[in-house]
Amino acid sequence: MESQVVLGGFGGQGIILAGFILGQASAIYDHQSATFTQDYGPEARGGACRAQVVISDGTISYPYVQNPTAMAVMSQEAFTKYTPELARVKNPILIIDEDLVKPANYTAKYYKIAATRIAREMGRPNIANIVMLGFLIGVTGVASAESVKQSIRDAVPKGTEELNMRAFEQGYSQGIEAIKAN
Amino acid sequence: MSNNGHLSGSFYFNGDIACAEGAISAGCRFFAGYPITPATEIAERMSERLPEIGGVYIQMEDELASMAAILGAAWGGKKSMTSTSGPGFSLMMENLGLGYMTETPCVVVNVQRAGPSTGLPTLVAQADMMQARWGAHGCYSAIALCPSSPQEMYDYTIKAFNLSEKYRVPVLLMADEAVGHMSEKVTITPPEKLKLVTRRKPTVSPDKFNPYQPDADLVPPMANAGEGYGFHVTGLTHDERGYPVMTPQAQEKLVRRLVDKIDKNRDDIIEVEEWDTDDAEVVVVSYGISARIVRYAVELARKEGIKAGMLKLITVWPFAESTIKRLAPRLKSFIVVEINAGQIVLEVERCAAGQTKTVLLPGMGGAVHHPDVILEAIRKAAK
Repeated sequence: MESQVVLGGFGGQGIILAGFILGQASAIYDHQSATFTQDYGPEARGGACRAQVVISDGTISYPYVQNPTAMAVMSQEAFTKYTPELARVKNPILIIDEDLVKPANYTAKYYKIAATRIAREMGRPNIANIVMLGFLIGVTGVASAESVKQSIRDAVPKGTEELNMRAFEQGYSQGIEAIKAN
Repeated sequence: MSNNGHLSGSFYFNGDIACAEGAISAGCRFFAGYPITPATEIAERMSERLPEIGGVYIQMEDELASMAAILGAAWGGKKSMTSTSGPGFSLMMENLGLGYMTETPCVVVNVQRAGPSTGLPTLVAQADMMQARWGAHGCYSAIALCPSSPQEMYDYTIKAFNLSEKYRVPVLLMADEAVGHMSEKVTITPPEKLKLVTRRKPTVSPDKFNPYQPDADLVPPMANAGEGYGFHVTGLTHDERGYPVMTPQAQEKLVRRLVDKIDKNRDDIIEVEEWDTDDAEVVVVSYGISARIVRYAVELARKEGIKAGMLKLITVWPFAESTIKRLAPRLKSFIVVEINAGQIVLEVERCAAGQTKTVLLPGMGGAVHHPDVILEAIRKAAK
């Protein structure tokens, strides 16, 4: 059983950190094999970036996503650039940040969450990545929520753990709701 | 964290951080470097970790100075390391040569990115492999290792230190951006299970000591500065005492030994992995990140019933000549997958010596090979 997850957005949104957290949750706490790779440009902020996480109960020789089973995008550019890859897969799961992405011409089913808006309302726009990660876990179950929460605690700056836990829970509960409504 | 600075357990590390932790496990307590993508995380990790455990981290003004500093630290008795990428690696060549000539144990990490020049700072290549062998001027033999995963970054950094201490030679860890920046589970070897090599010390009294008098394995014992042994360190051709001697005879004696101490111990140094080569008609040769992609493609080929195998070069230098010579007569073809315009393929072709075909799948850098490209080449070669 193998899951191939893509997170896309622009530099500064925490896409890479979210990918790392998911990979770490799977490899260390869920005891799966998990590779995390990243694409980014030389810019510190603003360039397109992508995190790829492959999770498997076997060994992973090819550490890149070929057939994404789930994809979360947080910028229009990422949507345009990466969603065509979903055509290769049966019933892929697409998730968008609904305030940042207009899914023009995308006819298949998708899930949406206002991750950035929710984060802003919580007082810290830069936790939008964790809101999105929570939603992704709620919708897909690619890693266990407990493992992801432990991984978040390991990875985020000291003093922000509780804020990040709340951000995760916000996204996660909306993800569970979205699945129920489906 | 357990005693002596070792972590314990398993961690989710990228290859760069795994490399830094490997160095610490190996006993490295001096790092001098200059940050450069995609090797920066190694320096960053060392800058955090070394001061905690009684080591020294220095951010140097450039890569020339970084290389010089780790040589000096080695003579002072420390296990030392620097890390860089292409542009910095080019700058290190002069002092790397000094390291070969003065037989100074140290480890140089090159997390390869696409060049020439500044190239693609954040994207992968494997195009410094010949520079690793021939980049410094003059005659010498080099040792270079290529890890394929964060775990191997950890393991082979330790191996690089062991080889450098055993053979008194700078050892190159030729990583690549893909492995350096990929994260995966890394298990730290517990201190009691580590097999570490430390440079052989002189057994004679200081008045009888010649710093370049080799033992039977062609490696001279090494005294550290401050231990009471006199020595002279020079890049000039020198005799057993370390004094410059400007004759072809002295050159023959010294440089022959610098070459032979690696080449004659190649069976001890070389490490490769073979998969499914026993009945293979096509063997794909690769190293570093490419070896992972090849492994996947070979699995796909086997599923199609093609007799494909794989040779992964862990030590690219010295080159695994005997393995290529053994495999060549029974193959339809070698395929060499590397992210450059064709470097290690020349070695494979040389050792195959016309006994089988050698096909190159090159890449100019910026991306790993797509597995389908490798699979297609295997299908074609197997026909």
